[in-house]
Amino acid sequence: MHEMSICEGIVQVLEEQACAQNYKSVGKVWLEIGPLAGVELESLRFCFEAVAKGTLAEDAKLEIVETKGLAWCMKCSNTVEVARRFDACPTCGSFQLQVTGGDEMRIKELEVN
Amino acid sequence: MCSVCGCGHGEVKIDGKEPRNHSHDHSHDHSHDHEGESEIGVYSHAPGLAQKRMVQIEQDILAKNNSYAAQNSNLFSKQGILALNLVSSPGSGKTSLLARTIRELGKKPVISVIEGDQQTANDAQRIRETGAKAVQVNTGKGCHLDAHMIGHALEELAPHDGGIVFIENVGNLVCPAGFDLGEAHKVVILSVTEGEDKPIKYPDMFHASDLMLLNKIDLLPHLEFEVERCIDYALRVNPAIKILKVSATSGEGMEQWYEWVRTAHKMVLSGHPTADIYSKTGGKE
Ligand SMILES: Nc1nc2c(ncn2[C@@H]2O[C@H](COP(=O)(O)OP(=O)(O)O)[C@@H](O)[C@H]2O)c(=O)[nH]1
Ligand SMILES: [Mg+2]
Ligand SMILES: [Zn+2]
Ligand SMILES: [Zn+2]
Ligand SMILES: [Zn+2]
Repeated sequence: MHEMSICEGIVQVLEEQACAQNYKSVGKVWLEIGPLAGVELESLRFCFEAVAKGTLAEDAKLEIVETKGLAWCMKCSNTVEVARRFDACPTCGSFQLQVTGGDEMRIKELEVN
Repeated sequence: MCSVCGCGHGEVKIDGKEPRNHSHDHSHDHSHDHEGESEIGVYSHAPGLAQKRMVQIEQDILAKNNSYAAQNSNLFSKQGILALNLVSSPGSGKTSLLARTIRELGKKPVISVIEGDQQTANDAQRIRETGAKAVQVNTGKGCHLDAHMIGHALEELAPHDGGIVFIENVGNLVCPAGFDLGEAHKVVILSVTEGEDKPIKYPDMFHASDLMLLNKIDLLPHLEFEVERCIDYALRVNPAIKILKVSATSGEGMEQWYEWVRTAHKMVLSGHPTADIYSKTGGKE
C-alpha cells in the first residue's frame, strides 16, 4: 500500500522533470533507499511496474542503491551502524541511539531518451 | 479534477465532494509550466532526438508532499493554530479520544477536526455531535492522508485563528509516518488491547511521533498487557517520546493530555497576536 504511493511519487517526479529536462521517456531510475526508510524493496519494484504503466516511465528499470543505517550513540558517543530503529548500540548495548542516516528515499539519477 | 496540480484524481473526497476546483488559496507550488509542456510535444514528434543520456536529479521522493506540508504549516503558524496529527491502528480510540477532548477542553481555544477515513463519514459525524466543526476526507483506496488533501480540507474547514486543528489520520501504523501534513506534532495512540510490541513492529511511526497515548487503561485489570515493557519498547525506537496513560472512556489520565495540548499550543502562540487566548482560562504565565 505504502509502496504504491511512493511509486506514484516517483512517477510524478519523472513526469515533472520531463518538462525541465527535455526527455520523453525514462529507461532507468537510480534510487537511493536506506534500511530505515520503511520501504519494502520487493513490493516497491512490483508497484512501480503497475504505477508506471501507460506513463513515460513504462519501460523504466529501477536500480536501487541501498544505503547504510547510521546512528549516534548517546551513551558511548560512537557513530554506529544499525539495521533497524530499535537495534541496540553494537559497541555498548545502549538503546539511546539517535538515527543520523539511512532513512533516505531519493531519486538520484535517470537514464532518459 | 484539478488540471493544474492534478488533484481530485483518484478517489479522494472531501465531505463527499471532489476537492474544489482550485480556488487554491493555499497556493500550491504550481511549478507546472505550460510552455515546457508544449516543448515536450515538439520533441516527442521530432525523430532522431532519441539519444540516451543521463540526468542527475537528486530529488527526495516525498519532496512534493513536503512542499504542500510546508504550506499547511505556514498557514497554521500565521493563524496561531496548533495542528496535531493523530495516528494509530484502526480502533485504538482516536475518535473517542477526540470527542472527549473537545467536550472537556472547553470553548476556548476553538477546536476543529479533519477526519480521515477510506470510505465512511461516521467519524466526522461523531465529532459534529460534540458541536465542533469537522471535515471528512475520504481517501478511497489511499491508506494515508497526504499534505495536499489537508490543504484542500483546510479550505473547507476554515479553522479559527488561535484555534486547534486535530487531524485523525487513516487507521494505519505504516505510511502515515512518512507523510508530513504540516502538523506541529504526531501523536500516536496505542491501546492496551493491542500488543505491547507494536512500537518495535512499527518503529517508524513511534519514531516520528512526539507523544504516545496509551489508551484504554481502564481495561488493564482484565488483560495481560505489560505496560512497562511497552513503554520500554517505545523508548527504544524513540528515546525522546513522551508517554501518557489515558482512558477515553473513563477519563482517567486525560487531564495530563489536556495539559500537554495546552503547552504545545502555547508554544505555537508565543509571540502571536492571539497569544492572550489562555490568559482568562489558564491564569498568568
Ligand atoms: N474500554 C475502552 N474502550 C475504548 C476506549 N477508547 C475507545 N474505546 C472503544 O474502542 C472502539 C474504537 O474506538 P474509536 O474511537 O472508534 O477508534 P478509532 O478507530 O481509533 O477512531 C470503540 O468501541 C470505543 O468505544 C477506552 O479508553 N476504553
Ligand atoms: Mg476513528
Ligand atoms: Zn554505544
Ligand atoms: Zn489542489
Ligand atoms: Zn499509505
